[in-house]
Amino acid sequence: MISIKARNQIDVWIAKYPKDRQSSAVMQALKIVQAENENILSASTIQEVADYLDMSGIAVQEVATFYENYNYKKVGKYVIRFCHNISCMLNGADDLIKHIENKLGVKTGEVTLDGLISVKKVECLGACVGAPMFQINEEYFENLTVDKIDKIVDNLK
Amino acid sequence: MNEVCFKNLTKDQCWSLKVYEDSGGYSAWRKILKGELTPEQIIDELKLSGLRGRGGAGFPTGLKWSFMPRHSNGQKYVVCNSDEGEPGTCKDRDILRFNPHAVIEGMAIGGFVMNASVGYNYIRGEFMEPFKRFEGALEEAYKVGLLGQNINNSSINFDLYTHLGAGAYICGEETALLESIEGKKGQPRFKPPFPANVGLFGKPTTINNTESFASVPEILRCGGQWFADIGVENSGGCKLFSVSGHVTNPANFEVPMGISFKDLLDMAGGMRDGTKLKAVIPGGSSTPVLTAETVMNMTMDYDGIEKAGSMLGAGSVIIMNESTCMVEVLTRLAHFYYDESCGQCTPCREGTGWLYRVLKRIIDGNGRQGDVDLLLSIQNKIMGNTICALGDAAATPVESFLRNFRKEFEYYIKYRKSMVKG
Ligand SMILES: Cc1cc2nc3c(=O)[nH]c(=O)nc-3n(C[C@H](O)[C@H](O)[C@H](O)COP(=O)(O)O)c2cc1C
Ligand code: SF4
Ligand code: FES
Repeated sequence: MISIKARNQIDVWIAKYPKDRQSSAVMQALKIVQAENENILSASTIQEVADYLDMSGIAVQEVATFYENYNYKKVGKYVIRFCHNISCMLNGADDLIKHIENKLGVKTGEVTLDGLISVKKVECLGACVGAPMFQINEEYFENLTVDKIDKIVDNLK
Repeated sequence: MNEVCFKNLTKDQCWSLKVYEDSGGYSAWRKILKGELTPEQIIDELKLSGLRGRGGAGFPTGLKWSFMPRHSNGQKYVVCNSDEGEPGTCKDRDILRFNPHAVIEGMAIGGFVMNASVGYNYIRGEFMEPFKRFEGALEEAYKVGLLGQNINNSSINFDLYTHLGAGAYICGEETALLESIEGKKGQPRFKPPFPANVGLFGKPTTINNTESFASVPEILRCGGQWFADIGVENSGGCKLFSVSGHVTNPANFEVPMGISFKDLLDMAGGMRDGTKLKAVIPGGSSTPVLTAETVMNMTMDYDGIEKAGSMLGAGSVIIMNESTCMVEVLTRLAHFYYDESCGQCTPCREGTGWLYRVLKRIIDGNGRQGDVDLLLSIQNKIMGNTICALGDAAATPVESFLRNFRKEFEYYIKYRKSMVKG
């Protein structure tokens, strides 16, 4: 069941589009529903979004699998999305990613045993002059160093 | 420096309505609301200014705006492309964070010129800080009655909304972006028809980049000629350059078009730790790489960069020093395009995967004799054979890296290690 709160949030998006174009809100609807379900989408939540927006299940599923921001596997409470594209790579991102993997005892794509943190390599996040950088949930952290990473990660609770 | 989009950058709360209005913001829009500017005058001013699309293709903005069937019946749309995601590019994020009202005013003016009463700003899903800034600015603009229905009794309507992406570089391609707003997979459309005739929800639509829209208000305030005079022939005005990589102070710089590459490099504090320049990608990952020798006399404008053998693109200048292994860089870029191909056309879907796999085996020490020629032949099969420009964008770096640094690739294949890093 999509909660009342989530419905209200989805309705804000629906209101932005012309009448009968509520399917335009699907990307946000999926994000909102995902946030309410431990950051994972399942076949049943996808169908609920489809029903709510009056779309076919397959149409929503296509969207849900096309875009990168949706998860089907367990992720941490904090998701570290480390940019490994060109500007970050030139500034040592690969070594820093190794550092974070060693520090947390996980590989990219995995979650720490306590479920707190997962790490993922991602493509350019549009902050190249602040390379190397990563994103934790919504927030960007730029000009990273080993020390800076240690401080940021140690503060995640 | 910093005369247009970054005009207020150093001011406290530079993103606020107050700072924007104190520096002349919304004066062009208010003139329009008072009936003192016509669509024709605006298009003429834009044409005079020499403003070219800042999203990468460099199409003249005034001309694009003149293509819209403004007198046709029915709904029309303006759409802003803030899906910034081309590796090396990070200017639109700063415009949204530090000067959101210029984007709003630019889009409102576009709406008036194109007779479109609704606009959408497509912001990439990861840009939550810019998104909130922009939403905050929208709220301010609505509150003082600069947006909405029958604005200031002018009988002009303009409603502006944000749309958030969900992580797909291809949505930066303008027709994929329209599909995405319609709630579909971001797969580019066949053209024609062009968006000016059949765009968002099937209606005439004009799409421009964030920086293009944000430049419009200042052009109307100070005049097209003023803007043109800042730059050089064929490249009017100033442009944001994102200088990243091995420089001392990587940053976004808004500088006059035609500035020398050397001066731009100096602004970024020169090469980091006194290292030697090896290569430059001047316009973002899809533009050809240039060697240090070629860039030294290059000027930073459309013609200057083209003369040097590359493209201005989105103005994303990636600087590489002599410690850079070009095989590694190209492999990373190939991975990006492989990852981001929407899969619609066979040459792009299969070709980007093939390019990546061949490069990966070279990096892993399993390169085969003939792999360099194989890479060239794959890129040649992609080039010009796809629905959208992502195919070409994936192929272009391969050709230029191999042309300029072929030895490094051959060395890697033969000795199974990097010529630079050992
Ligand atoms: C694969 C691909 C990605 C693109 N990404 C962007 C982008 O992130 N932002 C952008 O403004 N234009 C991007 N473009 C260019 C747009 O298709 C379009 O030309 C541009 O938004 C038009 O605006 P302009 O004329 O103001 O530059 C991309 C093009 C392609 C082929
Ligand atoms: S060129 Fe690539 S990204 Fe563009 S439409 Fe074809 S498959 Fe999709
Ligand atoms: S390359 Fe890492 S943010 Fe752009």
